Amino acid sequence: MNPLDVPPDPATPFQPRSGRRGTGFLTEPFRLGTTPSATVGPYLAIGLTWPDGAWAAAEGTEGGIWIRGRVFDGAGDLVPDAMIETWQADPDGRFPSPEDPRGAASHPGFRGYARVQTVDPPGEFGLFTLKPGRVPDGEGGLQAPHVDVSLFARGLLDRVVTRVYFADEAEANAQDAVLAGLPEDRRQTLIATPTDDGYRLDLHLQGDRETVFFAV
Amino acid sequence: MTGTTSQGGLVLPGYVREDAALRTPVGFPEYRSTALRAPLRTPVDLPHRLTEITGPVLGEDRVLPHDADLTLRNGGEAIGQRILVYGRVLDSDGRPVPDALVEVWQANAAGRYRHVVDTWPAPLDPHFDGLGRVVTDSLGRYEFMTVKPGAYPWGNHHNAWRPAHIHFSLFGRAFTQRLVTQMYFPDDPLFGQDPIFTSIPAAARHRAVSRYSLERTQDNWALAFEWDVVLRGAEQTPFETDDDGDVA
Ligand SMILES: [Fe+3]
Repeated sequence: MNPLDVPPDPATPFQPRSGRRGTGFLTEPFRLGTTPSATVGPYLAIGLTWPDGAWAAAEGTEGGIWIRGRVFDGAGDLVPDAMIETWQADPDGRFPSPEDPRGAASHPGFRGYARVQTVDPPGEFGLFTLKPGRVPDGEGGLQAPHVDVSLFARGLLDRVVTRVYFADEAEANAQDAVLAGLPEDRRQTLIATPTDDGYRLDLHLQGDRETVFFAV
Repeated sequence: MTGTTSQGGLVLPGYVREDAALRTPVGFPEYRSTALRAPLRTPVDLPHRLTEITGPVLGEDRVLPHDADLTLRNGGEAIGQRILVYGRVLDSDGRPVPDALVEVWQANAAGRYRHVVDTWPAPLDPHFDGLGRVVTDSLGRYEFMTVKPGAYPWGNHHNAWRPAHIHFSLFGRAFTQRLVTQMYFPDDPLFGQDPIFTSIPAAARHRAVSRYSLERTQDNWALAFEWDVVLRGAEQTPFETDDDGDVA
């Protein structure tokens, strides 16, 4: 197809396709095509900077930890213009979201979401949060404490997704189905190590230590 | 709806995984910056568990009324073709996504961003900062007033110019629905040489292009462009008929 040959836009913005009808029952759910992603580009700071972005838990929340790290490209250079977003459970393993089928939880001072950029010191991100608890896996087991991460940057046409696990949760990590599904030598790319004020994990977009990225 | 049910009766909806042939790839050779940044290994499928089917609630408290009008900043009017951009945020089942944060950013009418690393010689506009924020209403509708962004050069290849576009960032209700994208304008002559546009599989490109709207164009004031954004919906099991075996 010629790249210039952009199909004309429909006359109306949205036409639900009713399912094929054979016997009078809908035999196929209608489905709209999802909007394609695009890179966040080099100017994301204009639209996506929040003064409170780093605070997944409110400043001063008791038991708070800093998760810090850097992002490296395939040449081993720091990526200075990436944006990291995190989403995670509270220490009880519950989410401040009405989509949690167990009901939205409200843990004092906890938002569960952070958005930070790799800026200061050069190439480093840092966010303040509470360590998540274990979360049911929907199949009768428990997942190890983890933080879901989206990484956006110039040079990435879609976000890439990974998880942060914690090195001092060895027993829970050993029982985690997602970690268990990974080759042993790649599991380490997801495991943050303890520091004075929290944890640290560097992300590698490419190379020998390429982080495990997930298709969601 | 399919889902995962635990012994405790916990039902977790999965979200649709769009056909890879219709998704923008993370890396695309003609977009040179992807070469050292796009991961090279195949991503590992992550099942949709509680962390993936929930998401932050980010709404009204992050948005001020004037955030929806990018043409009035710094006590004056931005220069450029005034446009109304509007549409709906839906999921792929056609359901509106209400109360969802939509963040936009863009170049000014001359194609210049108010950003320290944008230094090409086009003028800045003292009355345009290029940032807008809105929250969808109960029917998933959004709208904001702005000026049409200009094209700008970006050095990817000789005479590389980005087609006019507005950056959009959207949260649905779940981590799986998070989307950062760009809205284009109809019939842009720069589409064919822009690898950020052509990285979108051909069959999905029209979904990134807005539609001129005469209905919402405001007499003596502003042109209007309509653009609906579709986020991933929950997985569904087709209904099956039991009389003639004619199943989807
Ligand atoms: Fe741009």
